[in-house]
Amino acid sequence: MLDINGISKTFNPGTVNEKTALDGLSLHLNEGDFVTVIGGNGAGKSTMLNAVAGVWAVDEGQIVIGGVNVTRLAEHKRAKYLGRVFQDPMTGTAASMQIEENMAMAARRGKVRTLRRGITNKEREFYKEQLKILELGLEDRLTAKVGLLSGGQRQALTLLMATLQKPKLLLLDEHTAALDPKTAAKVLEATDRIVERDHLTTIMITHNMKDAIAHGNRLVMMDAGRIIYDVSGEEKRKLTVSDLLKKFEEVSGSEFANDRMILS
Amino acid sequence: MDIVILFNALPGALAQGLIWGVMAIGVYVTYKILDLADLTVDGTMCTGGAVCVMLMLNGHSIGFSLFCAFLAGMLAGLVTGIFHTALGIPAILAGILSQLGLYSINLRIMGNRANQTISVNKYKLLIANRDNTNAILVVGIIILVLIAVLYWFFGTELGCSIRATGSNQNMSRAQGINTDFTKILGLMLSNGIVAFASGLNAQYSGFADVNAGRGAIVIGLAAVIIGEVLLGKISRNFAFHLLSVVVGAVIYYFVIQVVLWLGLNTNDLKLFSALVVAAFLAIPYVKGKYFAKPVKKGGVPRA
Repeated sequence: MLDINGISKTFNPGTVNEKTALDGLSLHLNEGDFVTVIGGNGAGKSTMLNAVAGVWAVDEGQIVIGGVNVTRLAEHKRAKYLGRVFQDPMTGTAASMQIEENMAMAARRGKVRTLRRGITNKEREFYKEQLKILELGLEDRLTAKVGLLSGGQRQALTLLMATLQKPKLLLLDEHTAALDPKTAAKVLEATDRIVERDHLTTIMITHNMKDAIAHGNRLVMMDAGRIIYDVSGEEKRKLTVSDLLKKFEEVSGSEFANDRMILS
Repeated sequence: MDIVILFNALPGALAQGLIWGVMAIGVYVTYKILDLADLTVDGTMCTGGAVCVMLMLNGHSIGFSLFCAFLAGMLAGLVTGIFHTALGIPAILAGILSQLGLYSINLRIMGNRANQTISVNKYKLLIANRDNTNAILVVGIIILVLIAVLYWFFGTELGCSIRATGSNQNMSRAQGINTDFTKILGLMLSNGIVAFASGLNAQYSGFADVNAGRGAIVIGLAAVIIGEVLLGKISRNFAFHLLSVVVGAVIYYFVIQVVLWLGLNTNDLKLFSALVVAAFLAIPYVKGKYFAKPVKKGGVPRA
């Protein structure tokens, strides 16, 4: 479903701030794969997702989503293949617009926007049904401005929006990192439910090793812009956090110096 | 200071306020909906009048002339939009560049003259300042139609995508919205409305003038902000917000009329306008910073 072939990206080339964020990275996902991605700060996790989403063009390499070469496509044109949830709850929704308006925006992803009505009554009923899945009571607040919602509610809504039209690929960029543990668990639970229901091909970045092990059928570890460990199936199910820490030291030759990951 | 003089001046102030209310609706589209401060309007507030007057002097009908004024404004907005999106120039600077360029273009439109008069005696004008009642009625109807059209447009898929762009660009692109396109569209719509207002203004005053747009953005912002501060809390309805912008413009012109009556030198008007807008822009900030009620923390013992 996704083929990333040897992509590289260097930020600020030729300056003192030069940073090679992706270094010939390749990754292949089969349809229905749910991959969790872990790695230290600056390993290139988010950069990889941004490359797939087309936030900027990669320096070299190729990105193919569901057989379509999107390497040269602008961000808004790739959007029709992708569902995205961001780390910052503010990023995924339009705060000054209503819940139903945000959903209507997502329902038209990849379609030509015309002078037809922005939202129809039939849609409203559908959105209500969809919001019930989240179990947050949002189904009774269709016309509330999204800016009034909590971070967790906004993340859950963004998740719903990302999957309102079945995307070829769901990109989750530490989407529970900014939430309190209880809310994070709830959003993760909703993620599992939706991914399973629609058999979505998913990439989920997380800083929580336990979550990385507990979710998905495949786990990928990144370091210095490359994938250094890729495990799936039975082998992944048997993984423990200490296995992962050991693996990291073994492959990267350095200690996993990231308190955030160890402590959580 | 004869109060009768003030009362006599009020119908004129109302008519002018309404005309600038149309203009302020254009500013609202960029400043509030698209979240861009577009300074192109200082140029387009002259362009529309120039186009309208010149076409009428050349024998075209009022409707056709106003329509062309609208198109000319859209063209100016298109240029600013391209400066901003395709060429990456910050929005404020893009607007300033267009505005400066428009000064020369406006002179050319008016046959290399600083102003062109159009006599209500010789031409069939829509409004004129010698009949304020008619002007108020006609512009009032235009405003109602404009608000209805914008209310409909910003409820469509396309209109919603412009609003989303103003609210959150990252989200918009992730939902497949071409934010460059929506920004250009918003700028075109806004400047089209402003140029249309300019066409009305030129007819009302009986001439098009190359300085007609000087400081227009400040008056537009004044109307938007006065409307918001005074009426913003009453309703969340979009049409009501547009109407409050018009009310803001009318209040602005009433205030101007009062200070002139109180003896303010006409030359000091621009300074006064700048200070009024600065004051209203500062109100929300100052209120939040110095007059915010302290939030009661849980656990504070109650007597």
